[in-house]
Amino acid sequence: MVSDALVDLSRLQFAATAMYHFLFVPLTLGMTWILVIMESVYVMTGKTVYRDMTQFWGKLFGINFALGVTTGITLEFQFGTNWAYYSHYVGDVFGAPLAIEGLMAFFLESTFIGLFFFGWDRLSRVQHLVVTVLMAIGTNLSALWILVANGWMQNPVGAEFSFVTMRMEMTDFWAVLFNHDAQAKFVHTVSAGYVTGAVFVLALSSWYLLRGRDIAFAKRSFRIAAAFGFASACSVIVLGDESGYSVSEAQKTKLAAMEASWETEAAPAGLNLVAGINEKEMRNDWEVKIPWVLGIIGTRSVDRQLPGIKELRVHNAGRIASGVEAVRALETLRRDPADAAARERFEAHKADLGFGLLLKKYVASMDEVTPALIERAAADTIPAVAPMFWSFRIMVALGFMFFALFGLAFWHSLRNTFQDRRWLLRWAFWSLPTPWIASELGWFVAEYGRQPWTIYGVLPTHLSVSTLTVESLYGSIAGFVGFYTILLVAELYLMVKFARQGPGSLGTGRYAGEPSHA
Amino acid sequence: MLDYETLKIVWWLLVGVLLIGFAVMDGHDMGVGTLLPFVGRDDTERRVVINTVGPHWDGNQVWFITGGGAIFAAWPLVYATAFSGFYWAMLAVLWALFFRPVGFDYRSKIADPRWRSTWDWGLFVGGAVPPLIFGVAFGNLLQGVPFHFDANLVPYYTGSFWALLNPFALLCGVVSSAMITFHGGIYLMHRTEGDIQARARLAVLGAGTVVLVGFTAAGVWLWADVPGYAIGSAIDPAGPANPLAKTVVRAPGAWLANYGRHTWMLLAPVLGYAGVLLGMLLAWRGRTLTAFVASSFGIAGIIATPGVSMFPFVMPSSTHPGSSLTAWDSVSSHLTLGIMFWATLIFMPLVVVYTSWAYRVMAGKVTAAYVREHSHSAY
Repeated sequence: MVSDALVDLSRLQFAATAMYHFLFVPLTLGMTWILVIMESVYVMTGKTVYRDMTQFWGKLFGINFALGVTTGITLEFQFGTNWAYYSHYVGDVFGAPLAIEGLMAFFLESTFIGLFFFGWDRLSRVQHLVVTVLMAIGTNLSALWILVANGWMQNPVGAEFSFVTMRMEMTDFWAVLFNHDAQAKFVHTVSAGYVTGAVFVLALSSWYLLRGRDIAFAKRSFRIAAAFGFASACSVIVLGDESGYSVSEAQKTKLAAMEASWETEAAPAGLNLVAGINEKEMRNDWEVKIPWVLGIIGTRSVDRQLPGIKELRVHNAGRIASGVEAVRALETLRRDPADAAARERFEAHKADLGFGLLLKKYVASMDEVTPALIERAAADTIPAVAPMFWSFRIMVALGFMFFALFGLAFWHSLRNTFQDRRWLLRWAFWSLPTPWIASELGWFVAEYGRQPWTIYGVLPTHLSVSTLTVESLYGSIAGFVGFYTILLVAELYLMVKFARQGPGSLGTGRYAGEPSHA
Repeated sequence: MLDYETLKIVWWLLVGVLLIGFAVMDGHDMGVGTLLPFVGRDDTERRVVINTVGPHWDGNQVWFITGGGAIFAAWPLVYATAFSGFYWAMLAVLWALFFRPVGFDYRSKIADPRWRSTWDWGLFVGGAVPPLIFGVAFGNLLQGVPFHFDANLVPYYTGSFWALLNPFALLCGVVSSAMITFHGGIYLMHRTEGDIQARARLAVLGAGTVVLVGFTAAGVWLWADVPGYAIGSAIDPAGPANPLAKTVVRAPGAWLANYGRHTWMLLAPVLGYAGVLLGMLLAWRGRTLTAFVASSFGIAGIIATPGVSMFPFVMPSSTHPGSSLTAWDSVSSHLTLGIMFWATLIFMPLVVVYTSWAYRVMAGKVTAAYVREHSHSAY
């Protein structure tokens, strides 16, 4: 049997490398459109400053993009290297969006990013703008396909288990593509990326304005970031709410954990603003509650109930008991595929197969299963509440802060008064790290909240790993930490260097602090 | 929709096409990376070399990513077993690739010579290591790899990393490295002039010779001393994909049996030899563009050779031959293969069209003057 240490280390490596990759993705998503806006203005007005803006912000975008590419390959490799059984078990469904992502999105994005940087002298203005737009479309399409894949992990629709091939097989591609969880995730994630890009440009532009340099350049950048950011902040909140709307069972569990709803409340449930969470006794020691709100967000109704954690646990214990039958019938079927009785039993309990597999963490054979063990596995089906609850709250609070910041920035940019509002500029500057915090927390809530599953209800995490040695994992984690630290230092060094130089780093002779040989 | 058996063959071909696409496209910039420290003697020369592939390496690398994704989607068991079994080899490829994006994009953003020279060697590692490891991997596939499945189809790899570095596999690694260097050198000749071009020409002639000798040696070795594998039981090519449903025997000479059954398969090694020879000849005569086309065909032939020799095997198991993975039984479902086929049919030609356009836009020689004029924007 697979050791817990191996599973934990595999998870640690995946989480660390995925979250590290996600430091670069949101900025890429947002910056591509900001570049499109800047360059469109350049093409329409012919004013050089807009081309300089596209090139300067493009330079910073490129520094970020390089690490996005570097760290992205890790993720594609890692399903195979570290999650081999997962790759076999769901590759039929999960592999397809990944491959289409490469064919449809990565090629587009990566081919045109080359022309974006090197094609200025060789393309007409309109041609170059088209290149930039295609690059942005490619980037955003890649987010679509990866989130289709991820959405399927949360809500595995359009697929069925085959006992002949011992894996999940796709039955309906369109169901996988138009999965509610996938679509909600896509729009929420790309909006979060747009906010990140906007905060980045707004913060640095504010910094130039605070220091009184490159005013014309910084003001125009600020305006574009404020308008784009305001639209994005609105959509991140509205569409975030859409991801809260629970249609799938995974969402119900996550929602209960991130809202610390231990008991099923009468509809419409209230929303815990803050609470003192007591995981041991499965209750909140105290809570500040807003009536009705959670029920409305979670069910889009005032009369449907949202199940609490205790109810979900009881429900899951029932599914685990049924899953034991499914696993047993499967074992019989594998010995004798023609056994009609086993086939019938398997079909009857097939939907709970994944729940039965949860027990494999504790026992090799279903004959060793006891009621106490089923209780224990049922307890596993609820992720730890406190980290979910607080991560979610910080993310949402930041979401509202973005709304306020961009609301004011947009208002003052319409009235052309932002340059004198030093408090606003300072606020914008110090907000620089916050979208990354919000993005990482959002990622955490989505992925940690799905535990103990890699594919909700289908495949438990501890069965998904490759049968590697623990030593291999220590070795590879050490390697990743080493490489990623060096890369991050290099990236931040260049980012800070060029951000400080500002548009002068283009060497055009039009901006402050030009290098002397320009 | 195409029937399951046909789709399995189509996907065997498409994986081959993607691997060849990767070797031709990402291969030439990896070859350029391998040659970088040797053909560029000062900073300007090195920047010239880097900028020949500067606008394209990123798009080219997607061949690699898409190849990986396509194997995941079409051959999930191969993806799972090979990537986890070759754990350290895959990590070595991955970590070598880490040097490329930052090497290209960050190198020339700081003037310090130590910084630049560090990343030059980084680009060398990123260009030289992956082809070497892929060659070694092919060498091991031909010999069979120690792995098996349990009844739940959990793959277990029982070999060590060091066992992968056996003499035959290393020879395959040398052929692969030389082939990529050869191809990159021809590209470099096409896009540069003067000293760099002259040095690249020498490299092309040297590497081409190594390819021809190494490819021949590997073929003789394979014939004399590397037993192949053959399916011992009846197998239903249209049946569901479970690799445990067949028996496999190890048989000396089995890897050459396909050529006896299907003589046309000899086209693969012939194309390999002809492409490389012609590439050398044309490069020597300075016909760089046609030389590049020839070397691309040469690469296709060389990669196709182990492919057709092993067909239908993809990854034979040396310890439990019955666990061997073949194009019949390690594949995705009928529906998934069909969807992926259509997706590839639609998007692959588009990719080829816009990639060609990108090369056309950037066509012409990269010169020292270009690098000086664009010192703030070029790599």
